[in-house]
Amino acid sequence: MGRERDALRPVAGNGLLHRRALLTRGLVLASASAAVAAPAAEPAVPGDPSPPWMRTPGKPFSIYGQPSKHEQQVIRRISGNRLLPGNGVSLTPLEELEGFITPTGLHFERHHNGVPDIDPALHRLLIHGRVKRALSFGVEDLLRYPLRSQLIFLECGGNSNAGWHPEPIQRPPGSVHGLVSCSEWTGVPLSLLLDEAGVDREAGWCIAEGADAFAMNVSLPVAKLMDDAIVALYQNGERLRPEHGYPLRLIVPGWEGVLNVKWLRRLQLTEQPAMARNETAKYTELLPDGKARQFSFVMEAKSLITSPSHGQRLRGPGYFEIRGLAWSGRGRVRKVEVSADGGRSWATAALQDPVLPKCMTRFRAAWQWDGRPVVLQSRAIDETGHVQPTRAALVAQRGINGYFHYNAIVSWAIDEDGAVTHVYA
Amino acid sequence: MSTPDPRTVVAAVLLCLAGIAAAADAAPRLGRPVSPEQAARWDLSVFPDGRGLPPGRGSAIEGAVLFDRHCAACHGAGGRGASAEELAGGSEPLTSATPDKTIGLYWPYATTIFDFTRRAKPMGAPGSLGADEVYALTAWLLFANGVIGERDEMNAMTLPRVRMPNRDGFIGIDARLPR
Repeated sequence: MGRERDALRPVAGNGLLHRRALLTRGLVLASASAAVAAPAAEPAVPGDPSPPWMRTPGKPFSIYGQPSKHEQQVIRRISGNRLLPGNGVSLTPLEELEGFITPTGLHFERHHNGVPDIDPALHRLLIHGRVKRALSFGVEDLLRYPLRSQLIFLECGGNSNAGWHPEPIQRPPGSVHGLVSCSEWTGVPLSLLLDEAGVDREAGWCIAEGADAFAMNVSLPVAKLMDDAIVALYQNGERLRPEHGYPLRLIVPGWEGVLNVKWLRRLQLTEQPAMARNETAKYTELLPDGKARQFSFVMEAKSLITSPSHGQRLRGPGYFEIRGLAWSGRGRVRKVEVSADGGRSWATAALQDPVLPKCMTRFRAAWQWDGRPVVLQSRAIDETGHVQPTRAALVAQRGINGYFHYNAIVSWAIDEDGAVTHVYA
Repeated sequence: MSTPDPRTVVAAVLLCLAGIAAAADAAPRLGRPVSPEQAARWDLSVFPDGRGLPPGRGSAIEGAVLFDRHCAACHGAGGRGASAEELAGGSEPLTSATPDKTIGLYWPYATTIFDFTRRAKPMGAPGSLGADEVYALTAWLLFANGVIGERDEMNAMTLPRVRMPNRDGFIGIDARLPR
C-alpha cells in the first residue's frame, strides 16, 4: 500500500505521477476523484438493455475485413501536387491509433509519380555492376529464399518539417508528424543475394532503383545493406500493397524513408554514389553557414505525445493517461520522459512492451490535471544516449532552412478550458 | 560399456560439419545469370565521372524550345517556379534567411540533371526523351543558371567536366563524401 500511495504523489511539476500509478489505475482513479473537486454528478446513462443489434442476426462473413462504419473518419490525410496527384504524401493519423503497429491501410505514403500497377510475373530484380556474377531474380524465386521479419518504424526524412516554420502550425499531430509508421516487414536478407552475386571489394556503394514512373534512385553504403537490409515481400503478414512497393521493397531499418526503395528493380554495385537528385537537391539539409548535410541516413531519436494533442479537449480536471510514440533509428528507445511544465521537470514514462530496436515504442504516463494551464512535452533517449533535442537547440544547430530531419520536442499547451494547442516552448 | 567405433565418430563429425556448411549456404541460389549487354539495357545510372552517359549532344538553344514544351507548365517560364519548384533564376545565396536552392546555387553535380531528366521527365511521359533532347535540356538548365554558355555543347565528354558552383557545399553525415 505504501508504494501505491507513493505512486499518487507527483514526481514532476503540474501533476505528473510516478509510472507505477499506471499499474494501480483503480486506486488512482478512486483517490483522484477524492483529491480533486468532483465534477457535477451527471445522471446515469443506463443505455438500451436490448439494443437492435441484439434482436436481429448480424451480417455474414466478409472476404476482407474493413473498419467499422463508425470509424470512417480514421483516414490518411492526403497532401498532393495540384497538377500531379501522384506526387505528394499521405499521412498516418497518429492521434487516432493505439499500440505501435500502424494498420497497413493507414501507413503513410510518399510517391514521386504515382503508384505503379506491377505484374509480379513480369517483375525482375537485377543485381549488377561491381559483382562477380550479374544476377536477375523473379518474385517467385525470392519467395523461396530464407525469410526474416523485423518490426520497424519507417519515417520520411521530411516528416515534421512544419516544425521549422517560425510559428507553430495548428494541426493534429498526424497531419504534421504522420510521415512515420510502423510495420512488420518480412523478406529476404539482402546479404544472401549480394553474397550470391559476389560483391567486389572495391564496391562500397550500391544504387537502388524503383520501377515506378520516376525510376526513383538512391545510393546506399554496401556495409548497411550487408548488415540488416531486407528485400521485403510482406508487410504485416500479407504481401506488400501497391502503395508500399508491391511486389518488392528495399527495407533499410532505422534509415530515412526515401532509402527504403519501393518497387525495387535494380541494385548496382559501384565504387562511388550516383549523386542522384534525391540525395543532392533533396533529402539534404542546408545549414545557416551555407553548407548542407548530405547522406544523413539515420532517423534520430524522437517522440511525440499523441494524447492529449492538438484538436482534442480535456473535459475538466482529473486523471489522464498521457500517451505517445517514441523511436530511434540507432536502436532501442531507452527512456521517454514527460513534462507538464514546459520542460522544467520531467517524469519517466512507462514503456509498453515490447521495446524493440528501430521500432516504434508506445509510452504512457499518469497525470493528474488540476485544471490550470500546462505545457505537455515528451523527450526520447535512445540506447546510444542520444537525447531528443529541444526546438531551440535544434534550430540553434541547424537553422530553419534544413527542411529534413526535424526531431525536436513537441509541445502541447492546455488552457483552462482543456483546449490543446501547439506551442513552441 | 562399449567403445564407439572410431569410424562412426569420424562419420558423425563429418556429418555435423556438412550440416554447418549447408546452413551457411542455405540460400537456394536462384539468381539467373545476366550478360553485360542485358544489364546495360536496364542500367539508367549516370555517375559524376560521366559513366552511364549515352552518345548524343545538345545545347541550350535547342533546350530552350524543349523546356517550353515539356517543363514550363509546372516549373514556370524560364524555370522560375510555378506548381513545381524553381530551377533557375535564384538570387538569394545559401547563407540567406530565405535561400534559393536552384540548380546553379545548390546542386553539386551537373550529371545529376541528365540522370534525373532522363529517368523521370517529363512527369506525364517519363523516359520518352531521346539522348539529344536530354543533353539539350541539361544544357539549357545549366545556361539558365549561368553555369555554361548558350552555345556550349553538352555531351558525354563535356557534361562531367562542368563544375557546379556549389560542388564543395556538402558535408557527409553518415557516409564519407567522395573527393
